[in-house]
Amino acid sequence: MTLIRRILLRLLTTAITLFGVAVIVFFVIRVVPGNPVAMMLPPGATDDDIARLKALYGLDKTIPEQFLIWLGGVLHGDFGTSITTRQPVLSLVLSRLPATIELSIMALVIAMIIGGALALTGTRKRGTKVEGTIDVTNGVALSVPDFLWGLVLILLFGVLWPIFHISGRISPSIDLPFSTNFYLFESVLRLRFDIWADLVSHMFMPSLALAIPLAAIIAQLLKQSLKETMHLDYVTLARTKGYDENHVITREALPNAVLPTLTLIGVQFTFLIGGTVIIERLFSYEGLGNMAIDAVINRDLPLIQGIVILFALIFTAVNLVVDLTYAALNPRLRNG
Amino acid sequence: MSFLTIENLNARVGTAPILRDVSLSVEAGEVRGLVGESGAGKSMIGKAVLGTLPTAVEIESGRIVLDGEDLQALKPRDRRRVIGAKAALIPQDPLTALNPSRRVGPQITNRLVDILGWTRADAGHRAAELLDEVSIPDPERVMRAYPHELSGGMRQRILIASAFAAEPKLIIADEPTTALDVTVQKQILRLIRQMQARHGTALLFVTHDLGVVSKVCQSLTVLFGGMVLEDTRVEQFFARPGHPYSAALLAATPKYTDPDASLTPVPDAVIAGVEAEIEAHDRMHGHV
Ligand SMILES: Nc1ncnc2c1ncn2[C@@H]1O[C@H](COP(=O)(O)OP(=O)(O)OP(=O)(O)O)[C@@H](O)[C@H]1O
Ligand SMILES: [Mg+2]
Repeated sequence: MTLIRRILLRLLTTAITLFGVAVIVFFVIRVVPGNPVAMMLPPGATDDDIARLKALYGLDKTIPEQFLIWLGGVLHGDFGTSITTRQPVLSLVLSRLPATIELSIMALVIAMIIGGALALTGTRKRGTKVEGTIDVTNGVALSVPDFLWGLVLILLFGVLWPIFHISGRISPSIDLPFSTNFYLFESVLRLRFDIWADLVSHMFMPSLALAIPLAAIIAQLLKQSLKETMHLDYVTLARTKGYDENHVITREALPNAVLPTLTLIGVQFTFLIGGTVIIERLFSYEGLGNMAIDAVINRDLPLIQGIVILFALIFTAVNLVVDLTYAALNPRLRNG
Repeated sequence: MSFLTIENLNARVGTAPILRDVSLSVEAGEVRGLVGESGAGKSMIGKAVLGTLPTAVEIESGRIVLDGEDLQALKPRDRRRVIGAKAALIPQDPLTALNPSRRVGPQITNRLVDILGWTRADAGHRAAELLDEVSIPDPERVMRAYPHELSGGMRQRILIASAFAAEPKLIIADEPTTALDVTVQKQILRLIRQMQARHGTALLFVTHDLGVVSKVCQSLTVLFGGMVLEDTRVEQFFARPGHPYSAALLAATPKYTDPDASLTPVPDAVIAGVEAEIEAHDRMHGHV
């Protein structure tokens, strides 16, 4: 199957998935109790007021009717208007998306660095106390979920030894001369390393909390996979050629051992993105997840709908990227 | 002068000895067969020389001298480099001995470039030359291929070319044909023999096929239970085997001129005799 065909097929399945998600979410959030309109109006509003507001947001129609109206809007790029802020959902969501993308990517990078380093060290020192220590550490890291790591980090580095920020995305005192909301990327492009440092010291704790469980999974799986690879004949042959153990591990074994890990990272990364919802809340980080919780509390139906669709879109995009990377790295799939 | 000398090598797994006072030498340019039944320790000797013993196996005593260098006396890193520069391996299974994620070319040239300091261009020419020598058509194309695109026979030819690339003075071939189709086996065997003769390389040839030994080797070491039973010239061995086990082994091997000749398995009495020898040896050396 050619690359083009594979991508087209993926786009089609993505569209179907997104439609399914849209339908389910649309109906679920409308049948759970809670009236957004009543929450918006001051106490003492008349039934008449409520009815008028309902009509304004189209909430007086049947749910299928509402869905069709919503779908029609979406096809024209209109995701409706947030009930609480009265701003277009699309621009609200897009303004918060960069913060969450940056946080997730930072967490992923941290997880890959820590996990990779642990796996390589464990392989290099296999059969020694070092490997045993790594295994135990992995076990602990895995048995505690990300939000508990968040609390631990807040206690350690926010309260006991306050060297990192534990709240917000950026210090309020900083003037932002940026034209996008990708602050972290833009600060690098504009060489504003003062701002970059402030951003990183805000992001480090939440992204580390997200990264720890993933790092442990990566370390465990990659080490296992390296261990199996290290017994293979081509690795032994490289040793007889005169290569030292570090070279043998990183150049001969690693490229083959990462493939299974990579697929898993893809799946786990989507979990990590899901984890941002609570972590962002915990660290008052102004991202999509934090906005999602506000939207749910306020029963801001169009906003919830928009955020969920966006998350679903991100998940499928991540899976697509993983598949393509896998194909690019594995010569047997490349021409197959 | 012998290029490889092993002196009284003892190795064990836990408390179980797997090599017992093994001594053997391979003269420059000589082909020495290493025969014995499965589990006799043939591969272990090759691995001890090439520094690829499994971690469970521990060398207890003895010396391995490769081209004047006492390998045991070297630091692990230096030992690897010395081995990489002076010796090479032709592995048993060509399907698993090439790295699936790298092109063939670099797998032939990497030792030349990384260990011996050749330029990439020189190493590339050398690889093409060698592939031509092992009768691989269109070497340039093959060097750009990935291993899975090539047949088992092709891959073994590539591994042979790769083993000869740095003109090592010693090559260890551990049953280099057993994983191949019967039709390909003969070609590969002939190729190894040709290459060995042309390059004047000493060859330690691990096999349990005496027919192969008679065709390829000049001298022979017979191994049982990690112990050398006989060390002899090939003509001598086939004419007058020097150990009862050798004689039984010879009787158990079908003559390749007459593959249907009846097989006499090694008699139990002979095995018992060898086992008694091993026991006596272990008692003398303090293993109970
Ligand atoms: N990884 C290992 N760990 C511990 N013991 C091993 C290991 N590999 C082999 N052995 C043991 O070492 C002994 C010698 O094995 P070796 O592989 O050298 O036999 P061989 O003569 O090459 O046999 P074959 O003809 O089957 O290849 C055997 O008793 C075997 O059980
Ligand atoms: Mg063997």
